[in-house]
Amino acid sequence: MKIVVAIKQVPSLADEVELNAEGTNLDFDAVDFVLNEWDEQAIEQAVLVKEAGSGAVTVIGVDATGELDGVLHTALAKGADAVAKVAGEFEPGLTSHAQARLLSSAIIDMAPDLVLTGVQAPDDLDGQLGPMLAALMDLPYVGVVNSVQVSGRTATVHKEYAGGLMAEFSVQLPAVIGIQAASQPPRYAPVSKVRQLAKTATIEEIETAEDELESGLSVRSMTRPVSVGHADMIAGDAKAVAGRIIAILNERGLI
Amino acid sequence: MSNDILVIAEHLDGKVADISYEMTGKARELAAALGGKVTVALLGQGMAGQAGGFASDATLVIDDPALANFNPEAYGRVIAALIAARAPRLTMLGSTSSGMDLTAWLAVRSSLPCVASVNQLAAEGDELRISSQIYGGKVAAQVSPEGGRAVVAVMAGAFPAAAGRGAGPVEQSASPVSLDGLRVTFSKLIRPEAGDIDITTYDKLVSVGRGIGGQENIELAQELAGALGAALSGSRPIIDAGWLPKTRQVGKSGLSVKPKLYLMLGISGAPEHLEGMKDAELILAVNSDPKAPIFDVAHYGSTCDLFEVTEALLEALG
Ligand SMILES: Cc1cc2nc3c(=O)[nH]c(=O)nc-3n(C[C@H](O)[C@H](O)[C@H](O)COP(=O)(O)OP(=O)(O)OC[C@H]3O[C@@H](n4cnc5c(N)ncnc54)[C@H](O)[C@@H]3O)c2cc1C
Repeated sequence: MKIVVAIKQVPSLADEVELNAEGTNLDFDAVDFVLNEWDEQAIEQAVLVKEAGSGAVTVIGVDATGELDGVLHTALAKGADAVAKVAGEFEPGLTSHAQARLLSSAIIDMAPDLVLTGVQAPDDLDGQLGPMLAALMDLPYVGVVNSVQVSGRTATVHKEYAGGLMAEFSVQLPAVIGIQAASQPPRYAPVSKVRQLAKTATIEEIETAEDELESGLSVRSMTRPVSVGHADMIAGDAKAVAGRIIAILNERGLI
Repeated sequence: MSNDILVIAEHLDGKVADISYEMTGKARELAAALGGKVTVALLGQGMAGQAGGFASDATLVIDDPALANFNPEAYGRVIAALIAARAPRLTMLGSTSSGMDLTAWLAVRSSLPCVASVNQLAAEGDELRISSQIYGGKVAAQVSPEGGRAVVAVMAGAFPAAAGRGAGPVEQSASPVSLDGLRVTFSKLIRPEAGDIDITTYDKLVSVGRGIGGQENIELAQELAGALGAALSGSRPIIDAGWLPKTRQVGKSGLSVKPKLYLMLGISGAPEHLEGMKDAELILAVNSDPKAPIFDVAHYGSTCDLFEVTEALLEALG
């Protein structure tokens, strides 16, 4: 069983996101990059599938930040068997179309049985990676999945709707699955293990001949969202804030 | 290319979802500006009874046993065929669990641009102006499709549903493509297990997000909820981490709540969370990031540390 996980790094939302001077994208020099949190769930789910049966997990990404190696070493420390990246010079801010084209042409050659990826990423302006990979590779796709079990040539997946309602599907392999959450929280990779792998592991570099990388969208501007309203901000220290909150609740008869 | 708009209606558990009307209402406005017609496509089995309620120029009911429940492969095939045959200017799907499986897939299949997480749509002259919420709601991207056509995923709640209700004429049709040899099979719906409290019935909710830091701090929030006579709910990461049960999740893939008080501790206000609580009567948000999107929605906010505020509230409430 060959499992491939397609991942990408995205700007960390924990920090402030700065826009560039032209107002057409983020100022990528001013952000920290992290692994897309749903890709982290996809890596965990892949390792769980491998552990429940057999097979090998390969994690692959496009290095658009110059920092992908660290993410790949962490994936190895969490149980991936091999890691790869698409060779080439790329810049942060690659569109989903570009990611999908580059990754699908690399992944097709790996002849995977199962491709997992995060259900979405914070920078998915022109669509999510998973369904695009599936369309480009002519494989079936099911997304928003929170558990994957493989038996023979069939994957049984649970897709989440709202309010805890789920649907069960059986999917003939090979297939692409978009992971919302792994069936258990992602495991922790000890820093020492990641450091050691950084010295010894090999990252395969895969050449692709993809040059059709446009999304077909022209970005007129990126701005902070224009909000209709803004919260009335309560000034002062925690004690003052608590006092005001209690006054507001009292006024409304809520306590 | 036509100037027509194709709206893909959505249903779950036998009921047409509000997002279908929300999109239809917006489609009406765009079609009027562009000089096109609105077609709503309702794929399913036995759904014809609900097909007459759209403000469409035509509602196309495609009835097939393979479409009875949502199946991304079967639905994808049918909608791709509709797009190929009709060349609509704009194809609208919901940015929902099912719509998210289809939108980008259809765009690639139809060689059309795709816009995800759309919350504004307008026609200016002949140009479609589309706004998408990205980076967890921290950035709004204004885009236009280069060739004029696009497939978009519309956020639930972005447009009013009332404008999409009406009595458009219904056309029945068989599937335009074969639905044999599907590789994806729907097996069953799995309903949530009862047993926990039902947070949708509470007047007051204290809701915790990733800012709570660790499982060991949940107790403190529970204590505050207790002191306020509220139930404790949370954002998705808290549920994924196993710190609160799924029954306590508010948002797109959780529950929609409309309490009299929604007190938020360490929740950023991502669009998927807002979907489930933005209609609460009083929203109070404690978040140390002054730029957190939640402050655009909350009625009152504080950038103090959530632990300090919680302790101070507990002390004041005695
Ligand atoms: C298909 C899909 C469905 C989804 N459905 C849901 C859903 O139903 N519900 C949901 O919630 N999410 C959902 N999400 C996830 C959503 O996109 C966000 O990732 C999530 O809402 C973020 O949760 P959060 O605000 O708790 O965490 P974060 O975004 O990480 O925010 C934590 C916040 O805490 C603040 N903070 C940190 N420390 C402190 C402190 N000491 N004091 C005060 N503030 C502090 C930070 O400033 C930050 O703003 C879904 C995602 C997808 C892809």
